[in-house]
Amino acid sequence: MSAQKIGVFTCHCGGNISDYVDVQKVCDAAAGTEGCALAKTFLFACSDSSQEEMMEAIRTHQLDGVVIASCSPKLHLETFRVMAHRAGLNPHMYTQVNIREQCSWAHRHDMPKASEKAVRLVRAGIARASLSRPLENIRVETLPAVLVIGAGPAGMRAALALSDLGLTVYVVERAAEVGGRIRALGKLFPSGRPGREIVARLRDQIAGRDNIVVYTNAELVEKSGSAGRFAVKVRAGQETISLKVGAIIAATGFAPYAPQPEEFGFGLPAVVTLPEFNELLTTSRECLRVNGRDVRTIAYVYCVGSRQSEGNQYCSRYCCTAAVHAAIQAHEIDPELNQFHLYRDMRAYGRNELIYEEARQKGSLFLRYDGGEPPTVEREGDGLLVRVRDELSGGDSIEIPADLVVLVTGMVATSNQRLLDVLKLPLSAGGFFNEIHPKLRPVETVIDGVFIAGAAQAPKNLAESVASSMAAAANCSAMLLKGHLDRAPLVAKVSAETCVWCGECVKVCPYAGAIVEVERDGKQVADVVPELCKGCGACAAVCPSAAIELEGYTNAQVTAMIDALAAEVVS
Amino acid sequence: MSAEGATARDPRILVFSTTGISDPGIDLAGSAHMNYPPGVTVIGIPCSSGVRPDWLVHAIEKGFDGVFVAADGGDCALVPDCTARTAWAMERAQQMLSERGMDPRRLKMGAICSVCAEPFVNHMKQFGDTLRKL
Ligand SMILES: Cc1cc2nc3c(=O)[nH]c(=O)nc-3n(C[C@H](O)[C@H](O)[C@H](O)COP(=O)(O)OP(=O)(O)OC[C@H]3O[C@@H](n4cnc5c(N)ncnc54)[C@H](O)[C@@H]3O)c2cc1C
Repeated sequence: MSAQKIGVFTCHCGGNISDYVDVQKVCDAAAGTEGCALAKTFLFACSDSSQEEMMEAIRTHQLDGVVIASCSPKLHLETFRVMAHRAGLNPHMYTQVNIREQCSWAHRHDMPKASEKAVRLVRAGIARASLSRPLENIRVETLPAVLVIGAGPAGMRAALALSDLGLTVYVVERAAEVGGRIRALGKLFPSGRPGREIVARLRDQIAGRDNIVVYTNAELVEKSGSAGRFAVKVRAGQETISLKVGAIIAATGFAPYAPQPEEFGFGLPAVVTLPEFNELLTTSRECLRVNGRDVRTIAYVYCVGSRQSEGNQYCSRYCCTAAVHAAIQAHEIDPELNQFHLYRDMRAYGRNELIYEEARQKGSLFLRYDGGEPPTVEREGDGLLVRVRDELSGGDSIEIPADLVVLVTGMVATSNQRLLDVLKLPLSAGGFFNEIHPKLRPVETVIDGVFIAGAAQAPKNLAESVASSMAAAANCSAMLLKGHLDRAPLVAKVSAETCVWCGECVKVCPYAGAIVEVERDGKQVADVVPELCKGCGACAAVCPSAAIELEGYTNAQVTAMIDALAAEVVS
Repeated sequence: MSAEGATARDPRILVFSTTGISDPGIDLAGSAHMNYPPGVTVIGIPCSSGVRPDWLVHAIEKGFDGVFVAADGGDCALVPDCTARTAWAMERAQQMLSERGMDPRRLKMGAICSVCAEPFVNHMKQFGDTLRKL
């Protein structure tokens, strides 16, 4: 079954490879290696004409394996797998050897040694190919439905987008009402539209869809299956509902930072958090009153609960702009107010800069404090006294008698242990959900089919939360609208003959249910459930009898590659 | 490293690296033309915790001067605690080397992330220096 007639194609990559590696020498060495039936060089292996020529060669020489020595597999592994497939060869009989990034470009100072290394790499590739077997991708039929956890703006907006695409959506909200944190908020930057209006609009739109079902007072309590086909259980009130979905979006949002007692005077009357101040603004007309007193002077302390040297080290992103936006509203209620902003760095980024500018024009004063020397807030008489060392005026100590102190509180992760136990999502240092790759795969998680959106991932403002929820919706539909999912079958496999069912593999397997105990020929052995196995190889590394190994990285393959790489190259 | 860096004494190092995280870091070293000795060759595997201790020993027995296992250092998409698991495999392999009368310092592990081009090159240089002294 393994490859006996391997075609080995070495690429010049223009001169990217051949300027530093003797490509002809590599080709000749390949030709002399056992298993190689045909060796050729190409100026650009990835060009259409080269691919045509290779496909022709595969057919005429009836090649059963192909090795291409060219660039990093990150670039063209998929290209050449598809090429092999078009020529009638199983794509997993193709092996890519990287002689560009990991050879020619890294050893430009020594062409003879680089060429020798390329020969060894190609021989290792041939060794691997000759031990490869044709494999079928694991195909999973997918279900056209999505579970959205959390009905904040991110979750609601994702539900609508998924519904637009024709997918059924189940929304699970822990609270009694939908809308998340903005439900209680007044005017929001940048547009000034009140949060409750935005929520009402989203709620009405959702009510008009017959393919969205919303459960409130509800939580996800169980999840099984894998990407494309999850079975989940939702507890809504007293009821437990079983649902089948193809993908899951976790949009569980954030919690406002709750200051410690006495942190910047927290606990004193008239020391409030930003959400509390926001509420005061929505209920005030003509003047602000706190504890029965008119407010004449407000001091804002920024970065409360954010950018801590220990604890929450991150910046909460939304709060600088939310605070200056609140100050503008306060000014609109009472233009006579004195407003002092004690900040560390003003992060009203992008167009939010204009909101910051407007606050300044309306008379807000900004004083900059050093994170190592924060302001203090004390009670004085009926009011409050704020002390700050202002860096902008050369470090002057300034005392501000204030009627109201607003702690500009950041965002923290919601406490969601039960959900984490069900979803098994990794968390970032700050306790938010972690994506696979912050730049390239920003809403995917290590759990295939589970996506994250909104402020559950990291502090985000509304626009950012909704943008990421759109990305998550697009990812779900890209996965589900095709109707099936193909995965590379490089998963663990067990040799029932050698397995003695010691259970070591199950102990180290990170994926629940991926390794099961079965009976084969009257004895108990391990077996792998390919749909649940991710192909990490943790089981293979610990198996005392080497009975379990990873497809594509079997003991025979890796050992043969080591032998080929260790062998001397005689020039 | 001098332009004539590769001398006959250049140690031969086999690197096990992860295809998802460390390989891109090592690729980057090449793309950035950071030369490192051609005695260094890489085998890609999905996760460093999948490395079998006997592979490491086999490589030394076959003539590699050292084996370096590039771990993802917390970035792994497959196994969150793979670094600790890999450390176990390293210890096991080092023990096996000692039992066979070989120096356990021939095996080394280090974190190489997807942009760790410079750390990789430095690791290779330092590990090469260590191996030269054994
Ligand atoms: C005081 C304040 C002012 C702000 N002002 C602005 C502004 O002016 N402009 C702006 O752009 N942004 C502003 N923001 C930020 C804005 O609130 C967030 O960006 C937005 O709410 C994030 O939406 P979300 O859907 O991701 O999360 P959330 O709004 O937090 O919604 C998450 C939802 O998930 C639910 N949930 C949590 N856990 C579970 C679970 N286990 N199961 C089921 N459901 C669960 C929660 O009950 C909640 O309904 C402000 C924030 C604060 C605190």
